Amino acid sequence: MVMNRMTFSINLIADLQEIFRYQFMQHAVEAGTVVAIVAGIVGYFVVLRRSSFAAHALSHVGFAGAAGAVLFAVSPVYGLLLFTGVGGSAMAVLSPRAANRDVHIGTVLAFMLGLGVLFISLYAGNSTQTYSILFGEILGISSSDVLLTLAAGAVILAAVAIVYRPLLFSSLDEDVAEARGMPTFLLGIVFMLLVAIATSIAVQVVGVLLIFSLMVTPAAIAQQLAKRPQTAMIVSVAIALVATWLGLFVAYYEPYPVSFFITTIVFSFYLLIRFVYRKIKPLKMYKPTFEDTQSQRWTKE
Amino acid sequence: MSTTVSEIIAARNVTAGYPDSTVWRGASFNINRGEFVSIIGPNGAGKTTLFRLLLGLQRPLGGSIEIFNAPPRRGNPLIGYVPQRHGIDSETNIESLELVRLALSGKHWGFSLSGRDRKVALGALRAVGSEELAHRSLNALSGGELQRIFLAEALVSSPELLLLDEPLSNLDLKREKDLVQLVNSVVRSRNVTALLIAHDINPLLPFLDKVIFIANGKVATGKPDEVLTSESLTALYGVPVEVLRDSRGNVAIIGIDEHHGDE
Repeated sequence: MVMNRMTFSINLIADLQEIFRYQFMQHAVEAGTVVAIVAGIVGYFVVLRRSSFAAHALSHVGFAGAAGAVLFAVSPVYGLLLFTGVGGSAMAVLSPRAANRDVHIGTVLAFMLGLGVLFISLYAGNSTQTYSILFGEILGISSSDVLLTLAAGAVILAAVAIVYRPLLFSSLDEDVAEARGMPTFLLGIVFMLLVAIATSIAVQVVGVLLIFSLMVTPAAIAQQLAKRPQTAMIVSVAIALVATWLGLFVAYYEPYPVSFFITTIVFSFYLLIRFVYRKIKPLKMYKPTFEDTQSQRWTKE
Repeated sequence: MSTTVSEIIAARNVTAGYPDSTVWRGASFNINRGEFVSIIGPNGAGKTTLFRLLLGLQRPLGGSIEIFNAPPRRGNPLIGYVPQRHGIDSETNIESLELVRLALSGKHWGFSLSGRDRKVALGALRAVGSEELAHRSLNALSGGELQRIFLAEALVSSPELLLLDEPLSNLDLKREKDLVQLVNSVVRSRNVTALLIAHDINPLLPFLDKVIFIANGKVATGKPDEVLTSESLTALYGVPVEVLRDSRGNVAIIGIDEHHGDE
């Protein structure tokens, strides 16, 4: 990064003013914010449906698309949208049930990565493009990319608002949803398309390989913390936003990649919740039932 | 709809299964309003298949089946269904009330802005004696508590027929008894009909109006005392079947092979 000569001052407002003087930082914050909101919400459904591996694989399918787009001198995000969209629908149609599809998904994932490698080798240009597809390059987002991200984000939020309750119920209790005549198959396809679009725009921020850190981990953490879906989605978005904003802020002053900071912040949240929060929670939440107090008395006697 | 009709299910010579393999055939029976019926039989005999037919998820290969005087159709709001396996496990940190609410309003698109479904959901939880579990997370509930929540989930839309698939499995004897009594009191107080798939009929025997016994590709139906006798089962299966009764009235059926397979 070029901007590492900047020094951090105590005056936070002056710091932010300084940061926002640069257009690339404006673009980064705008796109990063949209991606964090979308990933936090879509991620909640990914975790609820136990589809984290599918989401992870979808980003790898996207890699082939992005590399192909670069080969044809198109913006990678269009290749991502095309490949993840087709790949996601195919996954939903071929194996509607969550069980037993890891092997199939993994097989396709490996093939797609292979295809991506071929496209890259055919593209004789520099390897920066490859690097940014794999690990994200949020500081290189153009204003047209920001607009596309904004549009994609709006589409996702509108779609989630429409399918909210049916998607939530069919993700939580698919058998009952099916018996009740809900379009579980269609909802499965809609869900995968949402993941596909979310993945395509999130690749700009964290890249194909680090997608888990925005699409899955914040939502998984949120699901530990909140037991109402709306609350959990808010927490999930909050974690993704904090990680993205803080990552950008720190990266402005330090000469290391933004995706490193974002993944590190998300991972810190994860560690905190996994090991610290779980130790405190049971004491606070646990209310002994009548039977518990009875059995306690018995053991004491 | 059909509140005055007492016949809820009418099966005539029904054959069930898949085009290349029949699960059972020749099933004829009636289920009337307000009856508590248990479906028993070995693993893989096709007990869940009967539910799939009633839910309209599968068509009979032969014969006819009518439910509320019409062919089964998917999404019939008069049926409350508790499947054997839910996608809920130790990672599902969602409070019980949310599941029951969604069971009522999950069909509707968009968000819910009114709190009506919340009131109805709390009512359903009250009906199964689980109001105090409303704000507990599903992954923190015991097997018995979870089954009561699932029952509330099925009851929340005020169905007239309950289909309960193995709700008693994985429960200890006391919880098993509690749940059977709960289902019985729901059946009697609301005049709904319940079909309950079970492995062991004994905890249910005192409450049942009918039993559907499915084994070896055949289906026997009637009052427990009539169906579960050595004579009737031997006649149906053409092989010697013995029904033993102990001094407390518990039955054991001997002579029907357990044939394992996917249900």
